Amino acid sequence: MSDKPKFAMYWAASCGGCEIAVLNIHEKILDVDANFDIAFWPVAMDAKYKDVEAMEDGSILLTLFNGGIRTEENEHLAKLLRKKSQILVAFGSCAVEGGNPGLANFSTKDQIFETVYSTVSTENPDGVYPQPSFEMPEGTITIPVFEPVLRTLDQVVDVDYYMPGCPPESHQIEAVIDLVIQVLEGKAELPPKGATIGVGPSTCCDECTRTRNVKKIKEFRRIQLVDDIDPDLCLLEQGILCVGPATASGCGAKCPTAGAPCIGCYGPAAGVVDFGARMMTAVASVIDSRDPDEIDRILDGIVDPAGTFYKFNLAHSLLRTGNATWNGK
Amino acid sequence: MAENKERIGVYVCHCGTNIAGVVDVEEVARWAKENLGDQGVVISKDYKFMCSSLGQDMIQADIQKEGLTRVVVAACSPHLHEKTFRVAAERAGLNPYLTELASIREQVSWVHKDKVVATEKSKAVVAGAVSRVVMHEPLEPIIVPIAEPTLVVGGGIAGIQAALEIANAGHPVYLVEREPSIGGHMAQFDKTFPTLDCSACILTPRMSEAGTHPNITLLTYAEVEQVDGFVGNFDVTIRQKARCVDTDACTGCGICEQKCPKKVIDDVFEVGLGYRKAIYTPFDQAVPKYPVIDRENCTYFEKGTCRVCEKFCPTDAINFEQEDEIIEINVGNIILATGYDLFDARRIPQYGYGRLANVFTSLEFERMTNAAGPTSGDILLRDGKTVPKSVGIIHCVGSRDRNYNNYCSAICCMQSLKFAHLVDERTSATVYNFYIDMRTPAKDYDEFYQRVLDEGTLFVRGKVAEVTDAARISGEEGKLIVQVEDTLAGKQRRIPLDMVILSAALEPRHDAYETAHKFGIACSANGWFTEKHPKLDPVATMTEGIFIAGAATGPKDIPASVSQGSAAAARVLSYIERGELALEPVRAMINQEQCSGCRICNDLCPYNAILFHEDQMVSEINQALCQGCGTCVAACPAGAITGTVFSDKQVFAQIDGLLFLEKSALVPEMA
Ligand SMILES: Cc1cc2nc3c(=O)[nH]c(=O)nc-3n(C[C@H](O)[C@H](O)[C@H](O)COP(=O)(O)OP(=O)(O)OC[C@H]3O[C@@H](n4cnc5c(N)ncnc54)[C@H](O)[C@@H]3O)c2cc1C
Ligand code: SF4
Ligand code: SF4
Ligand code: SF4
Ligand code: SF4
Repeated sequence: MSDKPKFAMYWAASCGGCEIAVLNIHEKILDVDANFDIAFWPVAMDAKYKDVEAMEDGSILLTLFNGGIRTEENEHLAKLLRKKSQILVAFGSCAVEGGNPGLANFSTKDQIFETVYSTVSTENPDGVYPQPSFEMPEGTITIPVFEPVLRTLDQVVDVDYYMPGCPPESHQIEAVIDLVIQVLEGKAELPPKGATIGVGPSTCCDECTRTRNVKKIKEFRRIQLVDDIDPDLCLLEQGILCVGPATASGCGAKCPTAGAPCIGCYGPAAGVVDFGARMMTAVASVIDSRDPDEIDRILDGIVDPAGTFYKFNLAHSLLRTGNATWNGK
Repeated sequence: MAENKERIGVYVCHCGTNIAGVVDVEEVARWAKENLGDQGVVISKDYKFMCSSLGQDMIQADIQKEGLTRVVVAACSPHLHEKTFRVAAERAGLNPYLTELASIREQVSWVHKDKVVATEKSKAVVAGAVSRVVMHEPLEPIIVPIAEPTLVVGGGIAGIQAALEIANAGHPVYLVEREPSIGGHMAQFDKTFPTLDCSACILTPRMSEAGTHPNITLLTYAEVEQVDGFVGNFDVTIRQKARCVDTDACTGCGICEQKCPKKVIDDVFEVGLGYRKAIYTPFDQAVPKYPVIDRENCTYFEKGTCRVCEKFCPTDAINFEQEDEIIEINVGNIILATGYDLFDARRIPQYGYGRLANVFTSLEFERMTNAAGPTSGDILLRDGKTVPKSVGIIHCVGSRDRNYNNYCSAICCMQSLKFAHLVDERTSATVYNFYIDMRTPAKDYDEFYQRVLDEGTLFVRGKVAEVTDAARISGEEGKLIVQVEDTLAGKQRRIPLDMVILSAALEPRHDAYETAHKFGIACSANGWFTEKHPKLDPVATMTEGIFIAGAATGPKDIPASVSQGSAAAARVLSYIERGELALEPVRAMINQEQCSGCRICNDLCPYNAILFHEDQMVSEINQALCQGCGTCVAACPAGAITGTVFSDKQVFAQIDGLLFLEKSALVPEMA
């Protein structure tokens, strides 16, 4: 093997989009190849866990870890890669704040299994449920244990940097790769440990080109039920619950520009502890009524508050369904 | 938190037995010393009355001798003594904002009975305050100069009084009144309780003094459009509505008003009982004396011909081309004395007002009894001829009624007694008062009640169910029948009467909320302007430099309105005398780089402190206007706004502190 620094990427509880996003940086991927040895990247090349286990501690320079920690296997790999890596990046919303899979923290493990293995849409006549270990004539086979809650990467191991996005935008990934290469060449310095990278200093509205007025909201409407969207006016002002005001900038306001509300994948702005709470207080502040009944009626227009305000960040929120319930073994 | 360099002093107050009766204060002090050393606590003491000068001296001595860098006092609520301990710290050379008052009275001893639980909770509250105080930053007060002129809005008796007090002290005043004349409601009355002196006789001298005072600029038929700035330096935009009368030329002779052929029902001053002309002064003693043309009703403005007034005006003062004028002024302080509206009695259909001719409102009756009013002071039925032989006065119409207003309108009992007396004086009618409770608490008020009792007025204690003209038994035909439960006699009664007067509630002005918003103050749930402190600061508001007086702050009689006018003036005069003011540096600030310009915060500030820069698409907080209430801090979804003294860092540190006990598993079961 060459003496190029080593790069790793791993996929825990996530959809795989982050992996595609890294591949989606086009010719920049050649820079990665030119500057790094790919030590471990199951999506791109074959490798065995035991190869990683055999590596010297700290021998991987940079690991991009995507996905939350849902199973024992996820946890094992998180701890392993932490040990072997100098720089561990929580890459993408799931690793940073739990992401969509984190919404499962509203349900218990039993409820989740029940939904997956026995509801009407499931064909499971024998009522088979996954067992962590099973005796076969050939011997015992095991699958990783499904843990009680989904945890974010930093609830399990120490994390050096956070890079949100579902998935992170190509230009931000490119910028981060450029930065690391420059650091390798001694031309730049790493940001302080714990920093969130690949984001802008403000929130999505900052990059959004829609016109804005003083906010006053009289009703909430689901976008699929609206056919008269003003293409130039702020969506929130049109009653479409865009969470752009609370979402870190950096994506270029892709969704609102295309006419869809921001769903918050870039996570909270710097210094904000609980994204959902922030956005809820903001929304509550601009409901345009002083009549309690009308306020109730307006708020009833938000049909899925949990999925709206905590779509990506439930596992990292201040709610009890966040990290508090279960702190691992 | 271990490498803490701070030296913190904790002082636990007994507050006599207020706290010590429920909380083991010695134990709290001992515990803090023993357990919070890691956080920097070097001294922890308890004392009988921390707010006493001996208590304060103790803190000051410790700051100087022990080199304390932060102080936590566990005592009452910050509302009460935060300032006391800040000042004490300052006297000892410590920045006053490096102190924290932990409430173990309002939040602990007054709400718990169990001593063990209360003591443990006090420890948690103290631990929260200790972690929080470490996050405090030294702050310096903001000094603002005070411009000398004052704006008084509303020319009722309260506003007139305030304007005169300040003007007589030698300072300029702008008095802005919406109607063509000052005087307010008092100008509509004939007699005032309890002395029964003639309202005009005592009011008009004040009005003309205000009208001619060299220090008062009177702007009637005018309204404030916009207010910018902050205490000491308000820029106010006033719209002077076009009078269509040139006030330099007009002598107030009234010929135009006599000659004008267009009669209009006067809904304001005569409350619909009488007429005025299209060009008018609301009443004879109006100040100023200049009439206005009501352009909506003037024949010339409607049809393009007439101009009779112009023809007859001896000084050519009529000017149909006159336009609204925008006047910009700069003032240091503002007093709002915009008064009240009368409850619309139509809202209680069972009392028949608007449907049954001889049901009158209290203000209609005031106009009727006024010698200058539509009946020249005669008490007559709606036909304008018949003198009633029996009159009923219903109290609490729209007051003390959960369907309308829960509050007591304070003046209606006395006003009803006044009416009973006037009916008795001017007619031979039998008078009934229908009351729920009689409320006559002020000076000479109950004596007046006795007098009216002696005059033979009949009193029925009970809430009137209905006023109807549907006769059921003989003797009721052609009468108004009052159906009431006489709770003293314990029976239902039907009393046939010729005339019924509804003592309607005083309500906040219909536009009180908009006015409050314009001036950056708050309204209570009922809509009255909110005072800074209901007992100790009744004429100040949470916005520095904006004061309130009279019935705009809640139902009030004339003496109370006048007292408040004087009180507000005294507050303003003290600011003018000082020339500058040190504002509390408890403020919010927007980090411009973090602000996305989403505009969520833009309309939230109760003090209008937030402005939006359209060009840079960011919001900014005016530091002199902001009162540090924290509304915007909580609302900003980008976390771009930080409140000094209420930053996330401070609040989260406090929460961590509060949970300190739970973490160290000391807490017993909290029942
Ligand atoms: C029927 C009746 C009888 C009463 N009899 C007595 C009595 O005998 N004795 C007694 O002590 N009390 C009596 N009162 C109470 C008395 O009316 C009040 O105490 C007093 O009028 C309050 O004075 P004020 O100046 O606060 O308000 P107001 O008299 O209401 O004056 C407020 C003024 O502000 C003006 N204004 C309002 N909004 C604006 C604005 N936005 N811009 C500019 N100007 C504005 C109004 O036009 C008005 O001139 C009676 C009340 C009623 C209803
Ligand atoms: S559409 Fe969304 S992102 Fe754009 S300005 Fe409105 S709230 Fe902000
Ligand atoms: S123009 Fe005619 S209607 Fe109008 S104010 Fe003059 S006299 Fe009255
Ligand atoms: S709410 Fe926050 S981000 Fe939005 S405009 Fe106000 S300060 Fe800026
Ligand atoms: S904290 Fe915000 S809302 Fe409150 S007074 Fe200051 S600027 Fe206004």
